[in-house]
Amino acid sequence: MENPYLPYPVRIKEIITETEDRNLKTFHFEFIHPEDEEKFVYTPGQFAELSVAGQGEIPIGIASSPTEKGSVMFTVNRVGAVTTYLHNMKPGETMGIRGPLGNWYPWEEMEGKNVVIIGGGFAFTTLRSSIIYMIQPENRSKFKDITVVYGARSPGMLLYREELTQWEQRDDIDMHITVDATEDPDWKYNVGFVPTITEEKITSADNAVALVCGPPIMIKFTQPVLEKLGFPPEKIILSLEMRMKCGIGICGRCNIGDQYVCKEGPVFSLAQLKELPQEY
Amino acid sequence: MDDKIFSKEEWEKALEGLKDSHRIFVPVKEGDYHTFARLSEENRPDFDFQNTRLSPKSLILPQSERMFDYSLDEKSEEAHILKEATKESSPQVIVGLRPCDALAIQLVNINFDNPEYRDPWWVRGIESTTSVGLGCNEPCATCFCSSTGGGPFNEKGLDVLLYDLGDNFFVRSLSPKGESLLEKVQGGKSADGSAKEEAEKLSASALEKITSKVPTDQLRGKNVNALFDAPFWDEVAFSCINCGTCTYLCPTCWCFDIQDEVLGKEGDRLRNWDSCMFPLFTYHGSGHNPREKKVQRVRQRFMHKLKYYVDKYETGVACVGCGRCVQHCPVNIDIREVFELANGL
Ligand SMILES: Cc1cc2nc3c(=O)[nH]c(=O)nc-3n(C[C@H](O)[C@H](O)[C@H](O)COP(=O)(O)OP(=O)(O)OC[C@H]3O[C@@H](n4cnc5c(N)ncnc54)[C@H](O)[C@@H]3O)c2cc1C
Ligand code: SF4
Ligand code: SF4
Ligand code: FES
Repeated sequence: MENPYLPYPVRIKEIITETEDRNLKTFHFEFIHPEDEEKFVYTPGQFAELSVAGQGEIPIGIASSPTEKGSVMFTVNRVGAVTTYLHNMKPGETMGIRGPLGNWYPWEEMEGKNVVIIGGGFAFTTLRSSIIYMIQPENRSKFKDITVVYGARSPGMLLYREELTQWEQRDDIDMHITVDATEDPDWKYNVGFVPTITEEKITSADNAVALVCGPPIMIKFTQPVLEKLGFPPEKIILSLEMRMKCGIGICGRCNIGDQYVCKEGPVFSLAQLKELPQEY
Repeated sequence: MDDKIFSKEEWEKALEGLKDSHRIFVPVKEGDYHTFARLSEENRPDFDFQNTRLSPKSLILPQSERMFDYSLDEKSEEAHILKEATKESSPQVIVGLRPCDALAIQLVNINFDNPEYRDPWWVRGIESTTSVGLGCNEPCATCFCSSTGGGPFNEKGLDVLLYDLGDNFFVRSLSPKGESLLEKVQGGKSADGSAKEEAEKLSASALEKITSKVPTDQLRGKNVNALFDAPFWDEVAFSCINCGTCTYLCPTCWCFDIQDEVLGKEGDRLRNWDSCMFPLFTYHGSGHNPREKKVQRVRQRFMHKLKYYVDKYETGVACVGCGRCVQHCPVNIDIREVFELANGL
């Protein structure tokens, strides 16, 4: 019998400090057994449990795209026991990955549509996975216009800065980077909160799906903007967070109503969420 | 297989005879209460009880269970790599569990063994277990099993059912597992017509003795958010002290935590029972807690049993009416009253 709690052994290949406060680091892992990599088949929007022997496990969104072979990538915010331990680990060390877990963004439904991506802070991880996935030559034609609004507190708090710059220069993706505030005179992008920039830059909800990930406050204020633009609740897609352990709908921890966020989620449409108790 | 009759001494001897090939768990008196323990010289079975205080769920889902072990010794090739912990999986027999508790294991089974994921420890636990139930001649005042899809002699989830006829046990096999167990058992004789009649009568009279009844089939059609936002939760939760007794004793509560423990250079990953009554259960590392208030946690426990489980699996409630939570709650919170409130909404 397969043991769904057993992590695949992986080695840390590279660690990149992402932000000026050094609280966010990106980890690239490679599988110790190549056959495990073949089994780890994921779709953008899914997450995995990062497992550190002696410390525990944490659910983290997969930040790489399935089109990027050879390693899997996660960006981890330092908050408590396991994330702090992980931040002090070094390339070459052995740990585990369990997954992929949960559902994913509605890729089939998004084909032939305009895709609006709205991200705030470090919740941009699975959105990065999605962008990389969509701009692959073999995938790009499946989607119409791609528009991205991504914001952080300050320029130094943005994730994946090199890639953001590259995407800025492409003409098949419409980027709107923003920061809450900055004193940098050379800052070439937007200044303002994500909901405000969304209101300014997104002009139409026609034939569009919006993927929204960010801190609760950002989601709260972005929702009415999208609704005003004409996005129906079915077309507003959110990724939720709940405290988790098993990640496979068994330990009973992460429910919202009758849905286990780890298994039936973490991706829900606003329409689905409206049917559930407001307890998240 | 024909029904059998064993004198009580014969039955105890028969269990002794199985001890070499099976791990046998029986109700044993411990202080004022009964509990399941492994049959041994010291642990003698005592079938004179209403129900064990702790449900037998720990025999399938131990309160603390090793999942994996690992070495943290850098010299080891396998350092930091988890290996499934070795575990006793020889056949076990639970003798004397009540029909409500057997039904509870069935209700919980859908959670651990589903089309997407199979929990290996649970599945092996179920596969290696033969359940020999003991019907309830004298249901207690807090039992309401006949309202929750069961009954004092209900056969669901059991491989064998015992009827206590005073000096004798009437023994009925209910499944192939039960048959194969009884084939290995020494003693007993075929039950005659009058014994069967006596057993049927016992079962009918026990059912009549259940006076506590509450409809539990009216919740499927109700709107989940209407129940969630119902005005009565504050009142229900008011006196709760969040002690967790209810979830600890409940045979249909299965939530667990996963933790790592290290001693020297060796470590284990364990799972331990947990409870939705505790604030830490849903506490995010960021400090946010979707169920930080007591009333939210009390509501979660009842909503899960009465509504979420029902909606998720399109089945009955996740309560078997064993009455443990009613009996042992220090502030007398009574799930039957919550059913009434929910029905009335
Ligand atoms: C689907 C999903 C995707 C996530 N993606 C990311 C991501 O890409 N990057 C990132 O930095 N963080 C992400 N998180 C949050 C991250 O899981 C928590 O910050 C992390 O578990 C905290 O662990 P800790 O041991 O440092 O904290 P502690 O407070 O010490 O927590 C102890 C344990 O509780 C559990 N836990 C605590 N907080 C959370 C939480 N918010 N969510 C789930 N489990 C929790 C974990 O098992 C954790 O090990 C995600 C959470 C979910 C549910
Ligand atoms: S046993 Fe009673 S007081 Fe204790 S947590 Fe349960 S409902 Fe609350
Ligand atoms: S909720 Fe109470 S009565 Fe129902 S099965 Fe659990 S302990 Fe028994
Ligand atoms: S984390 Fe265990 S049920 Fe979702």
